[in-house]
Amino acid sequence: MAYFVQQLINGLTLGAIYGLIAIGYTMVYGIIGMINFAHGEIYMIGAFVTLITFLVLGIVGVTYVPLALLLVLLSAMGFTAVYGWAVERVAYRPLRRSFRLAPLISAIGMSIVLQNYVQLTQGARVKALQPVVQGGFTLMEQGGFNVQVSYLQIFIMLLTTALMAGFTVVIGATPLGRAQRACEQDMGMAALLGIDVDRTISLTFVMGAALAAVAGVMVVLYYGVIDFFIGFLAGVKAFTAAVLGGIGSLPGAMLGGLLIGLIEAMWSGYFSVEYKDVSVFVILVLVLIFRPTGLLGRPDVEKV
Amino acid sequence: MAMAAAPAQRLPWAEWMKDAALAALVTLALAIPIVGLQAIEVNATLTIRPRFGAVAIGVAVVFLGRLALRAALAAGPAWRMPLARLWAPAGRLLASNAATLGIAIIVLAIALPFLPFASRSTVTIATRVLTYVLLGWGLNVVVGLAGLLDLGYVAFYAVGAYSFALFAQWFGLSFWAALPIAGLLAAAFGFVLGFPVLRLRGDYLAIVTLGFGEIIHTVLQNWVPVTKGPAGIGDVPAPTFFGLPFQNRAPPGVTTFHQFFHLDFSPSQRIIFLYYVVLALGLLTNAFTLRLRKLPIGRAWEALREDEIACRALGINPTTTKLSAFTIGAMLAGFAGAFFATQQNFISPESFTFTESATILAIVVLGGMGSQIGVVLAATILVTLPEIARPFAEYRMLLFGAAMVAIMVWRPRGLLAQRAPSLLLRRQPRGGS
Amino acid sequence: MTGAVAPPLLTVEHLTMRFGGLTAVDDLSFAAAARGITAIIGPNGAGKTTVFNCLTGFYRPSVGRLTLHRNAKDYLLEQIDGYRIARDAGVARTFQNIRLFAGMTVLENLIVAQHQKLMRASLYTVGGMLNLPGYRRAEATAIEKARGWLARTGLLDYADGTAASLPYGAQRKLEIARAMCTDPALLCLDEPAAGLNAAESAELNRLLRDIRDEHGIGILLIEHDMSVVMGISDHVVVLDYGRKIAEGPPAAVRSDPAVIKAYLGEEESEELPPDIAADLEAGARP
Repeated sequence: MAYFVQQLINGLTLGAIYGLIAIGYTMVYGIIGMINFAHGEIYMIGAFVTLITFLVLGIVGVTYVPLALLLVLLSAMGFTAVYGWAVERVAYRPLRRSFRLAPLISAIGMSIVLQNYVQLTQGARVKALQPVVQGGFTLMEQGGFNVQVSYLQIFIMLLTTALMAGFTVVIGATPLGRAQRACEQDMGMAALLGIDVDRTISLTFVMGAALAAVAGVMVVLYYGVIDFFIGFLAGVKAFTAAVLGGIGSLPGAMLGGLLIGLIEAMWSGYFSVEYKDVSVFVILVLVLIFRPTGLLGRPDVEKV
Repeated sequence: MAMAAAPAQRLPWAEWMKDAALAALVTLALAIPIVGLQAIEVNATLTIRPRFGAVAIGVAVVFLGRLALRAALAAGPAWRMPLARLWAPAGRLLASNAATLGIAIIVLAIALPFLPFASRSTVTIATRVLTYVLLGWGLNVVVGLAGLLDLGYVAFYAVGAYSFALFAQWFGLSFWAALPIAGLLAAAFGFVLGFPVLRLRGDYLAIVTLGFGEIIHTVLQNWVPVTKGPAGIGDVPAPTFFGLPFQNRAPPGVTTFHQFFHLDFSPSQRIIFLYYVVLALGLLTNAFTLRLRKLPIGRAWEALREDEIACRALGINPTTTKLSAFTIGAMLAGFAGAFFATQQNFISPESFTFTESATILAIVVLGGMGSQIGVVLAATILVTLPEIARPFAEYRMLLFGAAMVAIMVWRPRGLLAQRAPSLLLRRQPRGGS
Repeated sequence: MTGAVAPPLLTVEHLTMRFGGLTAVDDLSFAAAARGITAIIGPNGAGKTTVFNCLTGFYRPSVGRLTLHRNAKDYLLEQIDGYRIARDAGVARTFQNIRLFAGMTVLENLIVAQHQKLMRASLYTVGGMLNLPGYRRAEATAIEKARGWLARTGLLDYADGTAASLPYGAQRKLEIARAMCTDPALLCLDEPAAGLNAAESAELNRLLRDIRDEHGIGILLIEHDMSVVMGISDHVVVLDYGRKIAEGPPAAVRSDPAVIKAYLGEEESEELPPDIAADLEAGARP
């Protein structure tokens, strides 16, 4: 039981991270109907910017942890947002009217470019950071097994909840959110009503990138180890989460993320660690075959 | 109303400078963290090494490049017309003489090992090119003709390679006996994998096939009792020339190739033989695919790629049509995999990663979806360029990715844009491309 | 008069299509005869294309029975899977936004339409690979059939060009020719006259009348162009907000007050503005 609770806590933490990345996928899919294959690499870049900012802060001498965290968050979100913007501008906007495979192939190309770009500039070796946020407490104890909850895990879950809440407000109540929902429904009409569609799409990418950056921050803090390849795997899993929750649905993305995190934690905790990635892929295939609209998604009616 | 002023007099420099400055600014923001500050390990601790010189160069390049681009676009008619006057007829010339060009390439390929400049490494490189051409033609059936984005093609490549290696180990089958089995097994995999997922939309199908590729890779790495995991399988038997092995010394009672033909033993013999094996496989695949294009099934693939809804309205079953493309593509990858295993003599999961799938996809995309010659061209460029320009090799994948994006933005139909019709009313089509 | 009357080609009974809270088609019933042209008209949003989509397997009706009577067999279209409706029941259609195989040639478009026959003749590709005489014959026959339709629609000179390179009017004709190459029993045309000028519309009328007379199939037509509707229809069904508001021969429908109200709104007097009356009159001329 205690072991189960521990896996549960670990799973939720992992799930929060996946959820943040998944939101980026689902928002972009909702507004322009394409899978941003390069989104996983955006998250990876967020993680690298985090690491580098920490190192810079360390050199400069900022050691007060909350300040450092704030600066790191701002730095990561800021720089990664620019990457998100640039990717859309260069690789997707010119292809808006092209045949349906074109943006997808372009996205794959972009993903390869980003991965190799980081590999070439930062080196292929794994980078490890000293733990920044340490400590925790024991939640419960059973049969000699301590269920630990770290302050970091609490921080991650709180930050994610706050971001989700903030996001829901933005989407629901601000002009940007309304513009976004209008574009999702009918882009042509939105344009005719004076909505700057290009800007709305760009902002969608920027927001998704910012959230992915936060996930990157969390990953650096939580695991302490990153390399240029983490984007690929996390990207596919986060996409699975978005599909599981219902592509196009924001709460769905978060829900999907949590579920995938839990499944992965439970699988590696109880079955095998080597095949934990396979478990997520199998989920993806099963969901797409049997319930492509996911848990919270709306059915797609084909316009002929 | 006055006519537009002659462009030469009033270039909008201010606007261009602003535009280039913006691009440069964005580049600065992009480059500072990743390029400018390298996280490097010094004495077992991680620290920062600034590289602002590189950042400055990048920013300058983007600034000047953007300026040049705007200028070139504005001067458009001045150089675009003459260029089009050259390019379009060249394209047409290529398309209408595709058959002759194809034959010329085939003759060259057959003669290659005996040409004066051909060394052992040339033939080895050519063998690698041909392997990728095989894979490219196989994926071409799935992506180029049927329009299905398969990101896990490497899975079928792996099935072909491993099934040959394992069958050779367990049942002592020779290459020629195991080749059809490898193809059949890969085709079966394609059928089983494709059956549940081919009715999914393009992007979903792409991700699912990506997942399959990863699943296969993980299984290969971890199912140690069968696949031997990361250690791989060695001692994969080499093909024989009608039973004559290419060895220096053979076990008693067996005549070797060089003994039979009264030649001195040379390792090149086996290399040249392998080259001809893959060339033969390639020619067969090419003939097979060209023929399929002219049959109803091939036309149905292309129609499906053009407009699936119209196909349904004509009574074509999209799922079985897609499945046939997927299965045949898988079979061709299986053949390529078996050849790869026998040529390398050793296989391990390292050769079957997503990067491979992406490379093969890049070949198909760059060569022009559906174009046979395009695949040959793209494979040749992608494989030989890193060999010729050694420092280039590190940047290989980066440039592939950038090329994929560039092609989609500028010439989505690939480098060789013309599609040769599968049949003509007025006269017989001359070959195909 | 003989005793037994053959059932009509198409019988639509109580067709209802709901999307969530929206009822696009509400309890629609009508019949379309073979050897006849039936037009479905109505203001925009009346549900006409939805009816087509239900008939051709793109939507599954919420309620209703769609019976196609062909070769003494009844096909229940609401139960047949998408592509099978074209293949087995013989219902062919064209689309509001032309859906040709743009990158393929005009001839190839027509050959793809004959896919079923050719696939069987090629023994599911095996016979084709071996270039068996049976397949070669079938391919030659298919090309001849395509040639025939190209001649009838005046597209023979365009045969080897891409479908995308055709002028707009020619593309519409090609779509019809392609649908006819599937040997359908029922031809559903979604706004075939959209974007055509007067001369092209007249040509279209001739083509459709010829198809009706020579091939004896039923044609179902969604149209806004009254010169086409009034000129060639044998039977007209009028929809408004998903409901049938009138049905009958064109002359009767034209002067039906309910129809006039649906198109023009509530009118104080019985008299139509002169220009609109002239338009309706013009529609009466063949």
